Amino acid sequence: MDKAFLTVENLNKRYADDAPPVFEQVSFSIDKGEFVCIIGHSGCGKTTILNVLAGLEAPSGGVVIMDQREVKGPSLDRGVVFQSHALMPWFSVLGNVVFAVRSRWPDWSRAKAEEHARRFIEMVGLQGAEQKKPSELSGGMKQRVGIARAFSIEPKMLLMDEPFGALDALTRGVVQDELLKICSATHQTVFMITHDVDEAILLADKIFLMSNGPHARIAEVVLNTMPKTRTRESMHHDPQFYRIRNHLVDFLVHRSRRIQEAGAVDLVTRVVTPGLEESVPAQASDNFPQAALAS
Amino acid sequence: MKPSAQLGWRAGLISLALFGCLLLVWHLATAPKESARIEAGVGGGASADDEYAKLMGKTSSSPAKTSGFPGLAQMGETIRKELAHPFYDNGPNDKGIGIQLGYSLARVGLGFAIAAVVAIPLGFLLGMSPLMQRALNPFIQILKPISPLAWMPLALYTIKDSSISGIFVIFICSVWPMLMNTAFGVASVRRDWLNVAKTLEVTPLRKAFLVILPAAAPTILTGMRISMGIAWLVIVAAEMLVGGTGIGYFVWNEWNNLSLTSVIFAILMIGVTGMVLDLLFARLQKLVTYTE
Repeated sequence: MDKAFLTVENLNKRYADDAPPVFEQVSFSIDKGEFVCIIGHSGCGKTTILNVLAGLEAPSGGVVIMDQREVKGPSLDRGVVFQSHALMPWFSVLGNVVFAVRSRWPDWSRAKAEEHARRFIEMVGLQGAEQKKPSELSGGMKQRVGIARAFSIEPKMLLMDEPFGALDALTRGVVQDELLKICSATHQTVFMITHDVDEAILLADKIFLMSNGPHARIAEVVLNTMPKTRTRESMHHDPQFYRIRNHLVDFLVHRSRRIQEAGAVDLVTRVVTPGLEESVPAQASDNFPQAALAS
Repeated sequence: MKPSAQLGWRAGLISLALFGCLLLVWHLATAPKESARIEAGVGGGASADDEYAKLMGKTSSSPAKTSGFPGLAQMGETIRKELAHPFYDNGPNDKGIGIQLGYSLARVGLGFAIAAVVAIPLGFLLGMSPLMQRALNPFIQILKPISPLAWMPLALYTIKDSSISGIFVIFICSVWPMLMNTAFGVASVRRDWLNVAKTLEVTPLRKAFLVILPAAAPTILTGMRISMGIAWLVIVAAEMLVGGTGIGYFVWNEWNNLSLTSVIFAILMIGVTGMVLDLLFARLQKLVTYTE
């Protein structure tokens, strides 16, 4: 635990003093190079957690420690890909990425910054579109520019808030493949919010499942037991895919609410490996009588 | 492209037709025979006018002149003469229209520029700081609705220079729309863009010039366009008051000369100049507008 790259301890957030906390007792850790997806229903505070990690929002309690330093305020160490891509429409594609690059390395010459930016634009497959304005791009291309911008500052960690939420299924698949390729090439540590179960299984090493808010918490950490070499095309032929998928869907449909209703305190986050249940310590599942019933 | 071009043609045709109608009505209304008949219809007015004309040492030998309102031919003659030599200068009371417009434009330009230098940074401050916005709001709300000409006596007394007072009046009338629009534009920059700047640890100066300014530029330009419109309205009145030079003074001077053709000509020129200024700002606005 103490050698983890990012540690979150006992995070909670309430928006009003008399209101119940949106989430509480949120503790987890992420290792270097790990890809983590977080899934949960709307209102469980996923985006708030991401904003806290990004330093854009302050938690009501708890700490975030990254690389042995407490996270307080935004930093270039953490790149953020926003749900709405958040490109600046008055800059070209290149201008948007160069803006980030020059924020990271202010003393670089314009030429050097542009060269660096071009490399990342190429990486997301947008060579030739450098001079275009964001308004001339499709949704998928815009999101790729957002990814290029986040990667271009070479952050220690990448935070993504439903980056593909607004894309159609086909484009989404293409951009997912792109992201997977880049992440495995750069060993990027990623924390990503998604609503898409298949997306989580394809991309993530670990999937955090959040119970419903208020009083939301991370109820389970699902280890992705599929081989690292999984691809979007062949993934669904592996029986293991369905074991994980069913587990996730069951959680979202039934258990996320039951855990909230049970309202038990001091729950230990359960680590599960769907399909390989024999590897789970017996006592861990005992923490969740309701969960055990459902599965 | 084709239907819109066709629409343009048709609109132009109607505009021309309306213009023709206007000229025709003008011509009919000012034609000597027509005016005589109208005057007869009114009653005693005609004879009273005749008597007055005789008293003034004029006879009705030139009916077009005494009927007051100039006809199209006179108008055309004046326009031709004025436009042939727009920059002549025969002393303080006889300058070409170009020189007078130049004076007015210089005053408007200077007052407007000073207003921009004050209003845009101040607007940035108001837009970025809700505290300052609230603190300054009562002042702005009270000062904004004051007619700029109401400041004139105070300006004349304190500045003791009519020309600078004119510039001050232009400043005070153009400052408010620019201030309000800049503050609004800066305050409503999209959260996402500011968050991007935050996560990139952008320095305040870079953030102001590379994020907030371009994001708020269309709104700021709208404010500037409104300000310029108001300034051009106010300059005529201000120059009528302070006198000396400028298109407003020209109008008043020609009224004192009872030269209605020159007054109408000046009115036309004020309109055309105002339109050109507005088009200029529309062009600028188009330059900074972005599509999301």
